[in-house]
Amino acid sequence: MAEGAAVKKKQKVNVPFDYDKYLRKGKLPHIWCPGCGHGIVLKSLLRAIDKVGLDKSSICMASGIGCSSRTPGYVDFNTLHSLHGRAIAFATGVKLAKPEMNILVTIGDGDALAIGGNHFIHACRRNIDMTVIIYSNAIYGMTGGQVSPTTPEGAMSTTSPHGNMEPAFDACAVAEASGASFVARSTAYHMQELEKVLTAAIEHKGMSVVEVLDSCPVYYGRQNKYKSASHMMEEIEKKGTVSGAQAKNLSEEEIGDRFVRGILKQDKDGVEYCDAYDNLIAKVQVKK
Amino acid sequence: MSAALKQKKVGLTGNSAVAYAMMQIDPDVVPAYPITPSTTIIEEFSSYHADGKVTGELITVESEHSAMSASVGAAAAGARVMTATSAQGLALMWEVLYIASGMRLPIIMPIVNRALSAPINIHCDHSDSMGARDSGWIQLYAETVQEAYDNTIMAVRIAEESDVLLPIMSCQDGFITSHAIECLELIEDKDVKDFVGEYVPKDTLLDVDNPVTMGAMALPEFYMEFKRDQSNAMTRAKDAVSKISAEFAETFGREYGLFESYKLDDADVAIVVLSSAAGTTKVAIDKLRAEGKKVGLLRPRLYRPWPHAEIAEALKNVKVVCVLDRADSMNDFGGPLFGDVRSALFDLDTAPKVFGRIFGLGGRDYKVVDAEGVIGELYKVLETGKIEQLNRYITI
Repeated sequence: MAEGAAVKKKQKVNVPFDYDKYLRKGKLPHIWCPGCGHGIVLKSLLRAIDKVGLDKSSICMASGIGCSSRTPGYVDFNTLHSLHGRAIAFATGVKLAKPEMNILVTIGDGDALAIGGNHFIHACRRNIDMTVIIYSNAIYGMTGGQVSPTTPEGAMSTTSPHGNMEPAFDACAVAEASGASFVARSTAYHMQELEKVLTAAIEHKGMSVVEVLDSCPVYYGRQNKYKSASHMMEEIEKKGTVSGAQAKNLSEEEIGDRFVRGILKQDKDGVEYCDAYDNLIAKVQVKK
Repeated sequence: MSAALKQKKVGLTGNSAVAYAMMQIDPDVVPAYPITPSTTIIEEFSSYHADGKVTGELITVESEHSAMSASVGAAAAGARVMTATSAQGLALMWEVLYIASGMRLPIIMPIVNRALSAPINIHCDHSDSMGARDSGWIQLYAETVQEAYDNTIMAVRIAEESDVLLPIMSCQDGFITSHAIECLELIEDKDVKDFVGEYVPKDTLLDVDNPVTMGAMALPEFYMEFKRDQSNAMTRAKDAVSKISAEFAETFGREYGLFESYKLDDADVAIVVLSSAAGTTKVAIDKLRAEGKKVGLLRPRLYRPWPHAEIAEALKNVKVVCVLDRADSMNDFGGPLFGDVRSALFDLDTAPKVFGRIFGLGGRDYKVVDAEGVIGELYKVLETGKIEQLNRYITI
């Protein structure tokens, strides 16, 4: 958390949770298709924000273009709907102008890792304080199911009708290698875990990346012969992942091609970008 | 018009028709990235590719900037290259558009016109390709699905003409044309292949016997010479469009000029407008002609290079002209088409009075009644001799 932000930590989330206080109700219903997990991600995110106790007006949520990027339209924060691939670059500008703000970026896998891949790795490298939530559904949903950088090798998409010939990115591995100080993964299926992971990500000071494995039953599911949205959740999000605790007792071979969930990296000692900036100013001004 | 070759009549959307033309042209390389509303062109082309109906390579790259960069690379290596895009996609290609034209690479790019952000809007206007009007690309604008299909085929020949060698955008209106099914005649695959022929690049990076450098630095001693050559090529592109359109008409029976004149010969007043809005305008013109009003239309098909002398000649007897722009130049002086038309008419001995109206931004409807409103304004100016507002937005 950046200094100066109004943080009143709550012990637990009230049940039933009042989502309405964080939503622009006039903008609902949302555009997401039946079976899409984006709504689950949004609800988990709102509960996490509530848990951390962020003041609504201290939050700026930025997004690019795509299904996930519609999220800021529904929430009652300061929101910025920008360009495809550029959400993190816009968010960097906001953070530099107002370091006291809490920056959230909701972004898709294509948005973050293909067209905006450069911004993604460099924001990780700088370790700038923001929380980037990748809604990772392995497809470009909004334009009709084209192959994306997280589409698994061999999977069908509108532009790979004989199977994807390219290997996929592991978003968390990219983030870790690029220098993000907080990296985590969860899924729309594990919504309680997702809430916890998002809470920790928001509380962490520095670049926090959370990859949320999510399902696009309309495009990815149909083209890859998944029977239903719940079938996708079962196969991809439940059977396709293992928790960090489970993974500790498993060999690499046993984990296989399953994704490991939970907090994968948390470096509390890394210098955050705005702090590094302030340090430099202080140093240079003293010399003068 | 000679006896045209056999063609089949089908109903297709503008995007399906362009994808079909791309399949028939069978370019060597297609680098692409999805963006509404051009997405289905590449989507359908990827099906043709997957079904083995084309022999070229398709690569789904990570952004439009990469799509145009890969296009430049492939074209520099001597390949016939096509891609397609819209709006922000075209805007992201900006930097590379100038590389394509400056290196004289005849890349063929169908454009499905869409409004630019912000605010975000996916519907039709011409702000995307109008922004690229000075990028050194030839630009054709189609009114119908048939014309979008025909222009795609002709674009190959125009771009690759040996004294032109410039990239080309073949534009159609987003959703209005791209997603509407119209009846059109499709040319046989073999006849398209015969018409476009085999591309024989003049200079390529992969010719080891005659190695060349492309895009090398040209400082003040040479830069202007490069640009003058490019500018002269653009001038010659106009004749190439006339020549290839005539050959197309001779072969397939459909005639296209640099622009379309509709009931312009005896017109007192006229509307100048691009693309699909011309169809709506023609309905209004027919209606008012029946009431005895002498109204005409001029629809530019070729916008870059700008056929200024021919357009001045066509409009010289008209007394009042309204230019309808589906994009605003944001310059306190109307849209881009307005500026170009007015400038083209400036040297006439008795130039028509010209005013501009901005319409249809972000997909705002332009109806027959709106065209009638414009014609009403034209008649008011004709009767009073005064233009009260040089430029303004309509349907607002």
